[in-house]
Amino acid sequence: MRHLLGIDDLGRDGIDEVMALTDSFVEVSRRAIPKVPTLRGRTVAWLFYEDSTRTRLSFETAARRLSADTMNFSVGSSSVKKGESLRDTAQTIQAMGVDAIVVRHASAGVPWQLTRWLDCSVVNAGDGWHEHPTQALLDCYTLRHHLGSLEGRHIAIVGDVKHSRVAGSDVRAFAALGAKVTLVAPPTLLPASLAGWPVEVSHDLDAVLPEADVAYVLRMQLERQHEALVPSLREYTRTYGLTVDRARRLRPDALVMHPGPMNRGIEIAAEVAESSQAVIREQVSNGVAVRMAVLFLLLGSGRPDAHATADPVPTEVPLHG
Amino acid sequence: MADPTVAPLLVAGGTVLDADGSRRADVRIGGDGRIAEVGPDLDADGAQVLDATGCLVAPGLVDLHTHLRQPGKEEAETIETGSRCAALGGYTAVVAMPNTTPTMDSAAVIREVQELGRAALCAVVPSGAITVGRAGEQLSPMAELAELGVTIFTDDGTGVQDDRLMRRALEYASGLGVTLAQHCEVTSLSEGSCMHEGEWSSRLGLPGQPAEAEELMVMRDIALARLTGARVHLQHLSTAGSVALVRAAKAEGLPVTAEATTHHFTLTDACVASYDPVFKVHPPLRTDADVAAVRSGLADGTIDAIATDHAPHTTEEKERPFDAAPPGMLGLETALALALTELTGPDADPRLDVAEVLALLSWRPAAIAGIDDRHGGPVVPGRPANLCVVDADATWTVDRERTASRSRNTPYAGRTLRGRVRHTIYEGTPTVIDGDATR
Ligand SMILES: [Zn+2]
Repeated sequence: MRHLLGIDDLGRDGIDEVMALTDSFVEVSRRAIPKVPTLRGRTVAWLFYEDSTRTRLSFETAARRLSADTMNFSVGSSSVKKGESLRDTAQTIQAMGVDAIVVRHASAGVPWQLTRWLDCSVVNAGDGWHEHPTQALLDCYTLRHHLGSLEGRHIAIVGDVKHSRVAGSDVRAFAALGAKVTLVAPPTLLPASLAGWPVEVSHDLDAVLPEADVAYVLRMQLERQHEALVPSLREYTRTYGLTVDRARRLRPDALVMHPGPMNRGIEIAAEVAESSQAVIREQVSNGVAVRMAVLFLLLGSGRPDAHATADPVPTEVPLHG
Repeated sequence: MADPTVAPLLVAGGTVLDADGSRRADVRIGGDGRIAEVGPDLDADGAQVLDATGCLVAPGLVDLHTHLRQPGKEEAETIETGSRCAALGGYTAVVAMPNTTPTMDSAAVIREVQELGRAALCAVVPSGAITVGRAGEQLSPMAELAELGVTIFTDDGTGVQDDRLMRRALEYASGLGVTLAQHCEVTSLSEGSCMHEGEWSSRLGLPGQPAEAEELMVMRDIALARLTGARVHLQHLSTAGSVALVRAAKAEGLPVTAEATTHHFTLTDACVASYDPVFKVHPPLRTDADVAAVRSGLADGTIDAIATDHAPHTTEEKERPFDAAPPGMLGLETALALALTELTGPDADPRLDVAEVLALLSWRPAAIAGIDDRHGGPVVPGRPANLCVVDADATWTVDRERTASRSRNTPYAGRTLRGRVRHTIYEGTPTVIDGDATR
């Protein structure tokens, strides 16, 4: 695999492969010194056109734990502000000897565009309303940890699906692993067409919750009320918020997830987010291991020229290629 | 204008095809730039001979919708380079859209375009903006521009949003005998969008605009044509709903005409899956069903003309993220071949004949533009010699690097098309000989 752009690049087998690798890296993360020399000599650059401290830190931690060098290209810097094109910026970074570019952009499709101009690997860290594949992978990993298999499990994704790249990737990944997905949202927050989406739709969260193995709560962008997509946040919370009362409808073994950052009291009550059913913090910590797995898959295997392979790879990490 | 005297020409060996039908005939063009004689086996008599063996000799094509980018965006196109594209595509006249910088909303800018157009390889017919600065607030000095010869007004790039202003514009224009052309798009429904709203926009996570953003304005303008009795021309229609609305309006006898672009009957929104902004246009590429509806609209006369919406953009602009890139694609050099390939080919459904395609590309748009005294008319003695000579069976492959445009944004690169322009003659002077521009 050369790039990680979207979940469809991986398919079920690819997801399984990432999951298996993640197991090993979770183990690494638990060590006293959670670092392996696997990607020594490799350089990974961050190209974040949109702020996301947590995703960037998660990738950065993953790269450091693999001993890769990292380069943070700050988009606030002059060249981009002066209107330097996407292509020029990306090719400049590549020319500095980068092996992978991790990109986040507010416009859907930018990672795909970059692959037309670059030889290095491209990792999509979120593009517009489209995809955020590593988030979906860490969600799958977290779910597998608790549920074993996702086959036949019922996952309710609640909230602003239309503008959510997390939902875009989660739907693809959960379905690929055999889960049944129900989108629960007002029609204004659903994509215009769900043709080809392996999902069911409900506008009645109370009816869905007792059936669900997982309630995956999406972040509500607070400006959506100004776009008249919902009449008010208060009404949104009333109808689609995972309030304390509503969370009681969940089965005791059902899980609550959220991609963060949370608007406590809006899409999810603070008490629910802190409850024993919530695995939100686990999602974050699994994020590092999943991103280690992705970087390893892209840069660590099938590239015998790397310095990295001269170093012993931890035995827990399966070798590929 | 061509020189008052040009070298006499003989277009020999071809089949003349115009609104009156087809016949085997040579065409002699006199020193006055007009057709002197039409008939079989004419003598060269010292004239330069253009071989038309196996070719159709037709009135030159007329594009109702060309963006030449001059003044203001000369890095993307100039009147000279755009007119060269036109000549290579078989065109002898193009209507230049007014969304230049500055806008073509004043006599000074219209005169500038006309002046530059004198040296062009085809007739450059400037359209005027309906409103000052295309801002949709105040009518442009239409009478003054009409005196300069402007026959078509449009705010293309945007539609006139205000209902009352559009009504006034139609009433005022009808008093001047000019035509209002409308880019149909209700911006409150389309704002922020970059493609058609539907299955593909949802899958790709790109903000879409519904077909209704176009259809609501088509509906309104048909109602206003009914109210005012004024003629309205609907530009680049792209949806099945729009075609149905125009069909009903014509059945009712309303003075409505319409055009469709080549890309709206050859490409769909599925093309956007590559995220290549070369596929970004306004109105956006639509669904298979819309493409089928546009094709049947072309076949049954609901849509009067094929336009190019030739919209050059620099490579740098087209390398932006999809949602941030400017809309538009090149069209002049490929329109005729696309129409012949897609509408007359063995798999075409419905299938048009070559004469119908030429009607859509030449004489009907010439009449809509009000230039049919010079363009698109029958190939008979006395008419200005604006002709194209087409080998309808020749195939060629579109090469992005071989365009005459300053820009490269064609979505058809690598496509093999049938139908090749061999010669183009503008006011008696060859602008294209054997597929090459003469200057
Ligand atoms: Zn337009």
